[in-house]
Amino acid sequence: MIKIAIASGKGGTGKTFISTNIFYTLLQNNYRAILVDCDAEAPNSLEFFERNFISESEVTQQVPVINSDICTFCGKCYEYCNYNAIFILPQKKIINVIEDLCHGCGACSVACKFEAISEKPVSLGHVSLYSTNKLPNLIEARMNIGVMSPVPVIKSAIKQIDDQTDIVILDSPPGTSCPFIQTVSSADYVLLVTEPTPFGLSDLKQSVETLRTMDKPLGVIINRAGLGDNKVQDYLGQENIPLLLEIPFDKKIAGLYSTGKIVSKTDSVLANQLLTIIKKILEKHGNSNNQR
Amino acid sequence: MEIAIISGKGGTGKSSISAAFATMNGEVVLADCDVDAANLFLLFNPSHEEEEVYIGAQTAVIDYNQCTNCQLCINYCRFDAISLKNDIVTISEVSCDGCFLCSHICPENAINMIPSDKSRMYSGSFRKGKMVYGRLAPGEENSGKLVTMVRDKAKKLSVENEIDMVILDGPPGIGCAVISTITGVEKVVIVTEPTISGLHDMQRTMGIVQKFKLQAYVIINKCDLNPSMSKQIEEWCNENGITTTWQLAFDKQMVEAMVHGKSILEYNSNLDISKKLGEIWKIISKKN
Repeated sequence: MIKIAIASGKGGTGKTFISTNIFYTLLQNNYRAILVDCDAEAPNSLEFFERNFISESEVTQQVPVINSDICTFCGKCYEYCNYNAIFILPQKKIINVIEDLCHGCGACSVACKFEAISEKPVSLGHVSLYSTNKLPNLIEARMNIGVMSPVPVIKSAIKQIDDQTDIVILDSPPGTSCPFIQTVSSADYVLLVTEPTPFGLSDLKQSVETLRTMDKPLGVIINRAGLGDNKVQDYLGQENIPLLLEIPFDKKIAGLYSTGKIVSKTDSVLANQLLTIIKKILEKHGNSNNQR
Repeated sequence: MEIAIISGKGGTGKSSISAAFATMNGEVVLADCDVDAANLFLLFNPSHEEEEVYIGAQTAVIDYNQCTNCQLCINYCRFDAISLKNDIVTISEVSCDGCFLCSHICPENAINMIPSDKSRMYSGSFRKGKMVYGRLAPGEENSGKLVTMVRDKAKKLSVENEIDMVILDGPPGIGCAVISTITGVEKVVIVTEPTISGLHDMQRTMGIVQKFKLQAYVIINKCDLNPSMSKQIEEWCNENGITTTWQLAFDKQMVEAMVHGKSILEYNSNLDISKKLGEIWKIISKKN
């Protein structure tokens, strides 16, 4: 199995476009592929496929419940909590949990010597499994609205990948902070999608720096080539980063994509280009580094 | 007045539109709250007058001179961050949430918490007023806290320099950084695009905006890419209590302006898109 993450520092460069089109092309070419939508804050990949629902699991986190009849207001739990999620006024005998700030680490329960703290689960989001043929091959991480971090939902989605898969495509969240790191840390190869603009270049540099500290092999696709300038190409040349493909800016592609259509279904040139990229990645990175 | 520009979906044109709003009449304080991928400094090249260190999350680090490899910490960690690698207890930096629990329960006091101090907040002047932006170190979490720091600084600059208008260019998504960006602002502008993803992400963003009961406007950017989808988005907005929506047609010069380090208004104020953005800003920036 090889896991390929499709990522970008800047949002809206075409991660989902590339992910869904690669996945479709792989299925057409009889690969055993899975697409995981890891953009749990704004998941959209599944919309591009006719699919059958298989199952859904809830991702929860434990939050403390403090029994103020037993609580001695000693303040130990407050001291242990590193997220400022416990509010305590000992003189007034007030103690509250601020659930939005709680990360569910369990430190307060360990801290309490009086067994005044129990726990209850709260929902963070859902991981859903769908299928486009027989096997479950679409996984979606979806964070609940109002939840602070998508990381636990992403983690849970990645855990549900079937070992027997040949190629896993991870549609990554944008940026370079923890949701991105969580996604790419399990990947064997990272495909960065960018656009040839100053914003695209600046965010690409940040992604490359981050991935280099993680020792992840990477390559770049430039989307909407022809808009903007040539500085992304120059940068890739200087840094010796493989430029795998340039997809020209085309209102037709944008129009098709906007209605939820897979472009490589009708665009055989794009389909072939994407397949060639994946084959190249498989050749170079397919057998090594298959840790889970 | 604080106005936040957000989107849900990335790449809809938040920053380009924020830049246009920042270069209308009068001075502004411009805060780039997309600390994960700050871009506005590229257009406005602000002077660096102040730099502050942002202390992010902490990471647990084992002192192997003290560690007896008892493995107690493995059982306590709820983030699957501690495991045996070649029979030695190891903490994964990626998975560590910085909760401190392992450090508390370690019988040998062998685990220390190392704070990350690589993130920065910069502030200074640019051609239309003051600017603040954060740069989150790669892999950092708690970006919401850095956003709060950026906003506090922007408010301070607004008071000190008697500039009333504060424009916040927000991050994509609906997580902690977005929540930190919109909490307590007067108005929110959601920039979307006429795609299925644009519609869905806007709906999720509205879920957040309604939670905070904020006044919201919607701009459907690049509306001509799919006119029927643009109409669909507009109808959804009308049915869901957003009375003011605008459609903005795609203009290649928006990209050209960026390449030249200018907002679209600075690049050419006579374009239709510039004029339209001017009208939009008049309505959004009006005091209630």
